[in-house]
Amino acid sequence: MRLTCPLCGERDSREFYYQGAASMLNRPPADAAGQEWHSYMHLRDNPAGEVRDLWYHQDGCGSWLVVSRNTVTHHISSVDLIGAQNAG
Amino acid sequence: MRVDGKGRIDREAPLTFRFDGHDHTGFEGDTLASALMGDGVRLMGRSFKYHRPRGVMTAGSEEPNALVTTRSGTRSDPNVRATVQELYEGLEARSQNRWPSLGFDLLGMNDLAAPFLGAGFYYKTFMWPRAFWEKLYEPAIRRAAGLGALSGKATDEIYEKAFAFCDVLVIGGGPAGLMAALSAGLAGADVILCDEDAEFGGRLLAEAEQVGDAPAFDWVQDTVARLNSMDNVRLMTRTTVTGAYDQGSFGALERVAHHVADAAGAPLECFWRIAAKRSVLCAGALERPVAFRDNDRPGVMMAGAMRSYLNRWGVAPAKSLAVFGNNDDAHRTARDLAQAGVHVAALIDSRADAPNLAGDVPYFPGHLVTRAYGRRGLEAIQLRRPDGSQFKMHVQGLGVSGGWNPSLHLSCHMNVRPEWRDDIAAFVPRPDAVPGMRVAGSACGQFSTAECLKSGAGAGQEAAQDLGFAASGPQLPDAEDAPYRLRRLWAVEGKGRAWLDFQNDVTVKDVVQAAAENFASVEHMKRYTTQGMAPDQGKSSNMLALAVLADATGRGIPETGTTTFRPPYTPVAIAAMGAGAQGKTYAPERFTTSHDDSLPNIEAGLWYRPSYVPKAGEKTWRESCDREVQMVRSAVGICDVSTLGKIDLQGPDVGKLLDFVYTNTFGSLKPGRARYGLMLREDGFVMDDGTCARLDDNRWLMTSTTAAAGQVMRHLDWVQQAFCPDLALRFTSVTEQWAQFAVAGPKSRELLNDLLDQPISDETFPFMQCGVVSVGGITARLFRISFSGEHAYEIAVPARYGASLFETLVSRAEVLGGGAYGMEALNVMRIEKGHITHAEIHGATTAFDIGFGRMIAAKKDCVGKAMAARPGLIDTAREQLVGLRPVDAGGEAPSGAHLFDAGAEPVRENDQGYVTSTCFSPSLGEVRALGFLKNGPDRHGEVVKLVDHMRGIETRCEVTDPVVFDPEGGRLRG
Repeated sequence: MRLTCPLCGERDSREFYYQGAASMLNRPPADAAGQEWHSYMHLRDNPAGEVRDLWYHQDGCGSWLVVSRNTVTHHISSVDLIGAQNAG
Repeated sequence: MRVDGKGRIDREAPLTFRFDGHDHTGFEGDTLASALMGDGVRLMGRSFKYHRPRGVMTAGSEEPNALVTTRSGTRSDPNVRATVQELYEGLEARSQNRWPSLGFDLLGMNDLAAPFLGAGFYYKTFMWPRAFWEKLYEPAIRRAAGLGALSGKATDEIYEKAFAFCDVLVIGGGPAGLMAALSAGLAGADVILCDEDAEFGGRLLAEAEQVGDAPAFDWVQDTVARLNSMDNVRLMTRTTVTGAYDQGSFGALERVAHHVADAAGAPLECFWRIAAKRSVLCAGALERPVAFRDNDRPGVMMAGAMRSYLNRWGVAPAKSLAVFGNNDDAHRTARDLAQAGVHVAALIDSRADAPNLAGDVPYFPGHLVTRAYGRRGLEAIQLRRPDGSQFKMHVQGLGVSGGWNPSLHLSCHMNVRPEWRDDIAAFVPRPDAVPGMRVAGSACGQFSTAECLKSGAGAGQEAAQDLGFAASGPQLPDAEDAPYRLRRLWAVEGKGRAWLDFQNDVTVKDVVQAAAENFASVEHMKRYTTQGMAPDQGKSSNMLALAVLADATGRGIPETGTTTFRPPYTPVAIAAMGAGAQGKTYAPERFTTSHDDSLPNIEAGLWYRPSYVPKAGEKTWRESCDREVQMVRSAVGICDVSTLGKIDLQGPDVGKLLDFVYTNTFGSLKPGRARYGLMLREDGFVMDDGTCARLDDNRWLMTSTTAAAGQVMRHLDWVQQAFCPDLALRFTSVTEQWAQFAVAGPKSRELLNDLLDQPISDETFPFMQCGVVSVGGITARLFRISFSGEHAYEIAVPARYGASLFETLVSRAEVLGGGAYGMEALNVMRIEKGHITHAEIHGATTAFDIGFGRMIAAKKDCVGKAMAARPGLIDTAREQLVGLRPVDAGGEAPSGAHLFDAGAEPVRENDQGYVTSTCFSPSLGEVRALGFLKNGPDRHGEVVKLVDHMRGIETRCEVTDPVVFDPEGGRLRG
């Protein structure tokens, strides 16, 4: 599998570290209710379709990326630096 | 037997080889199977379950019967298909799955037990009596399991892996593939053409036909020469594309040196990972048999294979042969044999109305073969006339054809099922089943040579056009264009066992029985009968089995469907897929600048660190360790601590980032000072600890543990990019850029002052001070921090000076009565001081658990703060850090032991905690340990029971404060 890093270009996926859902970008404020933190840390959607995940270009530029990927077709529709968008 | 005037073997180049201890002769160009056939050998194997005598059935990689072991000793190679093994001088091969010999196999008795060994028998037997399972059934089954055997010894064979990229990957080099490669290549695309065979040509190598007014083989050679001359085309023979994966990735196994006696330094195999923008699957088609009673006798083979043996290798299985089929193609075998002077006793066509296309051979339309006779080799066949009467005919070879199955496997590797075509009674690939893949030739159900050439050329052209290459396409030569005519015939009705899966010994009866027991889904039938689960993955049996199942369950074939196709297409040795990852090449080795191979080193992740530094006369590690501890605490010791993670941070906003990632405050740290910090994960558990030093207003140096260096770096990048992108700072890992050494002990300052260009004092360099210093003119960094609890420093120099500085430090330490110390001593001293490592912060402990709850600053947010405040994570009933001291003389306190109340039964329900670190403390003269105990801080002085269930150790221990040596820390200062 290959990912196209916005800075480095197309690279073998083994250069990257997979973190999890891009929803991790929406960190609740420190004083948010426990339920909000619980949801942030533990609850995830599991669609058969488009998902947005966080990958880290560990063996490259060190950029954190949001990858949009279809879990059914495995098609990767976009790879962006996390600064470039919100988690949504 | 050999057939004169046929085959392209080199009769001027004879080769001698051994099979089952007997000498044989073959020729250059033979496979092991063709050479054995040429030498009159019919028996080549024994089937898996029933040990029935078997001969070769096909001429390709789909061969189910003739599996042999080649080579010997550690190079022994099991389950080699004799049809694929190219002959070389001195080749040694042995048949498998028989004892004592192929000719006389005692396990053939299994065949007599057949009524009890049908489909699913192992779900119904071997259950009673229960005790017999472990002692009798399992050992017996294990001995009987498998086909060939590995040598069980490490091999010195070389395997390689390689990567390739191309515009168009053409899979299969028969007529369709050659044209596809030519087409795409002429258009200017970068092409790779793979074929599993030793030469290109595919089915054309086996047929006596013309392509463009010349023998087909000549056309093949011309086309290959043409492709060879093109710089943008790479040709790979002996290379099977084994699987189709995402994004145009393909796995391919190149069998580099199986065809020679001595690889001469070349790898035996190379596993390729090929990234292709487009692909064209031209894998051809495989013939399927017809099932009838005892259709597995040696001498019964595929009609198309019989033709291959004749035309390509100049051999025939016996003097008198018959051919039986349901289609026009089978007639070609009879025709070719007769024209070559081989006696064709009969051409039998199940279709009553089919004309004879084979010329002057005895022709039996509307007849069926109902039985084959001859357990160790075909002797006769039984035929049934259209009126139902039967008669016997003496033949020693029978070619069978039930039609052809397109080799669509790769097109189904991405979870798409093929579609059924009634007109050719076969499954074909679904369009777009694999993104970017087109299918051409017989692989998509086009069976004439002319159709293959045309469809290959077209697919290659389209693939190139997709990528923007202009293509006009090569000229298409004339070729045979016979229509494909057949009438379905899967199995001939009758008594007895008719074989479907030759490798797993599955019969028509087994499939019918599975259906009767309601294993009606094709996936269930497969697992229940094991049809299609052997190394050949059902290449010759899947179609027949599902047709029988469809019939038995009253459904059509499309409704019954196929099972899932998965890579690899043919077996791949794990050594090939794991090439480059054996022994030490599995992972990089990281060495410090002071690395000494003569010392006993331990692995710390990928790093190597000395366990202890033995002096002359020391016989055990304990002697060295005890001496090193005393040496450090009384004089001075040197230890390489370069492996700990180091991160250089610069900018005015670094303090803000540190305040967010550490639980405690760093923004207020003054330049020239260092501070211990605790880092949490967002879930509130401890991630890592370390010291962070502020060298200047805008220059910081963070350290992490060795184990968590990568994780911490990743975490910093995450926090900065996700949450603090606007902070004015930059940071980078400098772990490998600085060699760093601990100088620890009462004489540490004395040692350093002899070395530094400017001396230091307790006033200029108090505890937790840091700064830039100079050693012999070289800029270095000095930190007064201590892991050992002694008056200590860490000195860092650019890595290129590391070896030299270490040598200098050690020799000066030795003058002062000290020396180098290793990980064991380092560990003892930190345990004495109650300092934690990842033994304690193992991922499931919190700041509260290790007694650092107050280190989470109240006034600022930090990573993990909210979750760490969850009531469950600050409950005093939690297991918290304590020290442990055995009270019984000679008592041990091993890591991993569990703790219980003194009077409680040491069972899970009474578990109070566990031991994490342990040592013999020379400073205190007794065993000391660290661990976690429920409500630990309130239980100092209590005696608990320590039990190591695994090692059978039980000790009473007093619970103490974790810090047992110099608790006031007086040794640190001054």
